[in-house]
Amino acid sequence: MSNAIETRSLRKEFGEKVAVANLTLTVQRGEVFGFLGPNGAGKTTSIKMLLGLVAPTNGDGTVLDAPLGNVAARAKIGFLPEHFRFQDWLSGREFLDLHGRLYGIASSKRKTSVEKLLARVDLYDAANRKLKDYSKGMLQRIGLAAALLNEPQLVFLDEPTSGLDPLGRLIVRDVINELRAQGTAVFLNSHLLSEVEITCDRVAFVKDGRVVRETSLHETSNVIDVELIVRNASPELLRDLSQFGKHVKQLNGTIHLETETDARIPELNRWLVARGMDVYKIGAAKPSLEKMFLDVMGEDARAG
Amino acid sequence: MRGIFTISQLTIHEALRKRVLLAALVLGLAFLILFGVAFYFMNREVIESPRGPETQAQRALVYIFLTMAGLYAVNFLMVMMAALLPVDTLSGEIRSGAIQSLVTKPLRRSEIVLGKWLGFWVILAGYLLLMGGGVLLISRVVSNITPPNIAIGLGLMMLEATLLLTLSIAGGTRLSTLANGVLVFGLFGLAFIGGWIEQIGSLFQNETARYVGVIASLIVPSESLWQLAAYNMQPSLMRDMTLTPFSPASVPSGAMVVWAIGYTLVVLVFGVWSFRTRDL
Repeated sequence: MSNAIETRSLRKEFGEKVAVANLTLTVQRGEVFGFLGPNGAGKTTSIKMLLGLVAPTNGDGTVLDAPLGNVAARAKIGFLPEHFRFQDWLSGREFLDLHGRLYGIASSKRKTSVEKLLARVDLYDAANRKLKDYSKGMLQRIGLAAALLNEPQLVFLDEPTSGLDPLGRLIVRDVINELRAQGTAVFLNSHLLSEVEITCDRVAFVKDGRVVRETSLHETSNVIDVELIVRNASPELLRDLSQFGKHVKQLNGTIHLETETDARIPELNRWLVARGMDVYKIGAAKPSLEKMFLDVMGEDARAG
Repeated sequence: MRGIFTISQLTIHEALRKRVLLAALVLGLAFLILFGVAFYFMNREVIESPRGPETQAQRALVYIFLTMAGLYAVNFLMVMMAALLPVDTLSGEIRSGAIQSLVTKPLRRSEIVLGKWLGFWVILAGYLLLMGGGVLLISRVVSNITPPNIAIGLGLMMLEATLLLTLSIAGGTRLSTLANGVLVFGLFGLAFIGGWIEQIGSLFQNETARYVGVIASLIVPSESLWQLAAYNMQPSLMRDMTLTPFSPASVPSGAMVVWAIGYTLVVLVFGVWSFRTRDL
């Protein structure tokens, strides 16, 4: 089966500013794909190019086998924008009905879908209230419902959990899992790395308008992050530790290194003791997405 | 076409919900009541005053003058509605991001522009029927007089409103709401002043002033359309009294109507192209 999204060297310039330098990526059908990067990395512009909101300066791509911006393909795409402003003079129910009409869904089917989705995003009781009276979280959930009205094959969710309370986040997470089970591809842009880690199959890291790393979150389970605290760690020690693993570095007094198996940890412990080092802590953990993010983006990605 | 009708319904629905139409309706009815009361008392003055017009023909001219004054006010309100109602519809939704929820649906961008245009056109047409029809009805009931060629006159007034509506929609595809409002009113002002310069130039047989006015009318033919509408809705005797504000000394030709229709179409096509090719 063909991919849900394929892009080749997409580039977008706004005057002299390069928003996206070279976006080449593939999203498979049915997978939940995380699109990660710091602010200003070009994520939103990339999503806009994929949705046909912004025309690329160079490069090309397909979404659901159709060229970028294809009108017919949009019938199979759902989209929850990050800074959404909907027709706030409509009630929740009217809003979903309108968007169902815009998708060209027949009246009877539209009515059923609207009621089902209102219940799904826990807004059934607020369905007749005007959107202008909704809280930010409620707006986010009604927007999510609108993105699912057309039973899409591909859904773009741009910061879907921003403004949501824990229960709202749980709804979003469940919806994403249901979409995956139905074979719907999800393109997720979120700053909440813990959410991405739980929901995504694969992630791409974007920096300065390029994909700098793509990785399956299932594959990374073979990498072990070893944390080590010893007294008087010298630069020589850090250098010598590289025989036990990759990416050795010291952060806030704790030494980190990556190994492929936890079998090396006792060996490392014996080696340290043999060198006369005082070992205060030695342990292993799966590397978090946050650590991966910082590794890929570099220390300059840290605020401050 | 489905998309155009859905967007036009949405546009009308929005105007209803935001009470824009209610406000226009209430003010319009207030105007009609005021006009009716004024017309009634003016009529009594015309009939009873010993200094008033003596013949039926003279009275008819007074009634037509009053009716034209009412239609002039209706035309002004129409111009305001045509320029103001749609001024924020695209620029505002582009600024807020609301447009993204429409543009990412299986609709052509042209359907969004044309749908909004059609929705506002229907609102304006309804408003003209209510207000113009109200003025004509009051005139008929009170004085038993109906101006000639009212279908042509109201049609030309609608064309004028359509032209300004189209300018406002097209401007909103690229300009901010404020800049768009300044542009549309600026162009209307240019046409208004140009129209008067042309009339004054014709009265005093100053060709330069007349040409300046004609050029202004070519840049924005809105005022010419009103003058032609006013010319058509007056009896020939009154048309010759060029000193009234509704009797143009220089009558725009039929070619100006063709120009205005072509102008409107070109601006509409530009608006569609401009919205289709911009980043959102």
